[in-house]
Amino acid sequence: MDDVVTPFVAATIRTATPLALAALGEVVVERAGIINIGLEGAILAGAFGALLGATAGGLAGGYTGAVIGGALVALVFSLFVVRWRADQIITGTALTLLTLGTTGTLYRSLYGATGAALSLPTSAPLPIPGLSSIPIVGNALFSQPPATYLAYLLAPALAIWLRHTHAGLALRAIGERPEAAATAGIPVDHYRVLAILFGGALGGLAGGTLVLAQAGTFAEGISSGRGFIAIAIVVLGRWSPLGVALGALLFGAASALQFAFQAMGWSAPYQLFLATPYLLTLAALAGAVGRVRAPASLGRPLDG
Amino acid sequence: MADAAAALAALWDGAFGSWYAVTSATLVRAVPLMLTGTAVAVAFRAGVFNIGAEGQLLAGAAMAAAVALALPSGGVATVMLALVAGVAGGAAWAGVAAQLRARFGVMEVITTIMLNFVALYAVSWLVRGPLQEPTHAYPQTLPFAETVRLWRIPGAGRLHLGLVVALVVVIATGWAIRHTAAGFRLVAVGESPSAAASAGLIDVRAVTTRAFLLSGALAGLAGAIEVLGITFALYEDLSPGYGYTAIAVALLAGLDPWKVVVSALLFAALQAGAGAMQRDAGVPSTVVAMIEALLILAVVAAQAARARRSHG
Repeated sequence: MDDVVTPFVAATIRTATPLALAALGEVVVERAGIINIGLEGAILAGAFGALLGATAGGLAGGYTGAVIGGALVALVFSLFVVRWRADQIITGTALTLLTLGTTGTLYRSLYGATGAALSLPTSAPLPIPGLSSIPIVGNALFSQPPATYLAYLLAPALAIWLRHTHAGLALRAIGERPEAAATAGIPVDHYRVLAILFGGALGGLAGGTLVLAQAGTFAEGISSGRGFIAIAIVVLGRWSPLGVALGALLFGAASALQFAFQAMGWSAPYQLFLATPYLLTLAALAGAVGRVRAPASLGRPLDG
Repeated sequence: MADAAAALAALWDGAFGSWYAVTSATLVRAVPLMLTGTAVAVAFRAGVFNIGAEGQLLAGAAMAAAVALALPSGGVATVMLALVAGVAGGAAWAGVAAQLRARFGVMEVITTIMLNFVALYAVSWLVRGPLQEPTHAYPQTLPFAETVRLWRIPGAGRLHLGLVVALVVVIATGWAIRHTAAGFRLVAVGESPSAAASAGLIDVRAVTTRAFLLSGALAGLAGAIEVLGITFALYEDLSPGYGYTAIAVALLAGLDPWKVVVSALLFAALQAGAGAMQRDAGVPSTVVAMIEALLILAVVAAQAARARRSHG
């Protein structure tokens, strides 16, 4: 039992962690009425920031670099979208492209045209005493890199924050009726910029975990669509932090299933496994919609 | 500074340095960019954020390749059929996202991007599975028979008849947007769906879906022309991201297909020159993606500034 369930749960959590971090950040952004398609770029910038940071200053440097990388992309996004009222979708798409080009160019200039195989310090699992010795799932759930624990804590914390704090309620008011919120004296733009920066920082951290807790190296385009999947998870999780955490786990489990099938020698084209997350996203979006309601002002052009 | 000058010189030479560079590097790349650029322009004009031209191009390429391989002795008839199959493949691939939007209201930005990844893996499977060349040594199809390739334009290197097809299609699309009732409806829906609906004469959902399918068809045609005119085989990385560059092409052209012809040439020259720049001056070709993105950002910033001014 242990040797089937433990690796499966562990793989689920491992895959779900970056998705959950990115999607939790995006929940806050979308609750403020903004959709940041540039999340993909923030994750990629975070991964590259992790590479630079870890090379210079070990693990702590890596995670710091990741957060800074993601926040930088978000900063540019907020400048265009909140300050200049530019189109959110096109700005986000362009920023993702810009990050792909920039990280690719820097990577090739710093590490050669093909990119040397780098080996970075990776964050070892940090077993939580007691919890990690729970039979069967304890080790899988509670012997994980620190970023995973952050996701565990962040989901309930954000749920409480959105529901029970002044700032959380103000943010939701902005997402539903920005004009009314502004009339009520809420500094709408201020909130939106902070929400976008928070989302970018978490996206960057998600990219950092890809490099520091999973791959141990950087590759061009390492984010491979996770930002878009995270945005789909936000829809699937109905814009609620706990729902989003569950959605990320579902995606993690589906990806872990493919490893399990492959390990069992189930013969299917491997491309089918690789395409699974994207197919699952399409199915999830088709199934989730109609039963969910987005924040009323989501993606709408901002006024004046 | 010397480095920058050398890089720019290499870029220029790679794009325009010789007759061969003009025809066989720049113009050859302009063909898929004109078509995908128009695909994006048509969709965006109708308010459809089709980011999936890349996947639709691949779907079109795969369908055209299947026809060219299945009917190697059909000559011109095979070529025509392959082009039609490419159009159908691209439209069908876009149709998935179009249906998801029309039926369930799912955001096409996400679905089209997901479909890009799926298309890439589908091609990867095809060229290692059912369509792989018989020795199974390489992940690609057999080269197509000589008689089912697009004709080369005499004296113009690798340049092929696809340029003419693309020009005709793009100019006709631009004309249709300006001068036909369907074009009027498309633009009206894109400018203001609610106004178009309340005018009572326009079925917004039908217009949106049709624009989405037309967009996919144009991208599919680009893929078909690429395999029939340039690669003569299906393999994974046959597109260096034409479907993504198309977004920059369309936006720089102000979403007008006629202007797309010009901006496609500009980006084709950039891409052609980028290869030479990497080879001769050691500047990574990814710089082109940065330039594309910065151009898109410049366009949206300018649009936003104009909108703010007009609102006072």
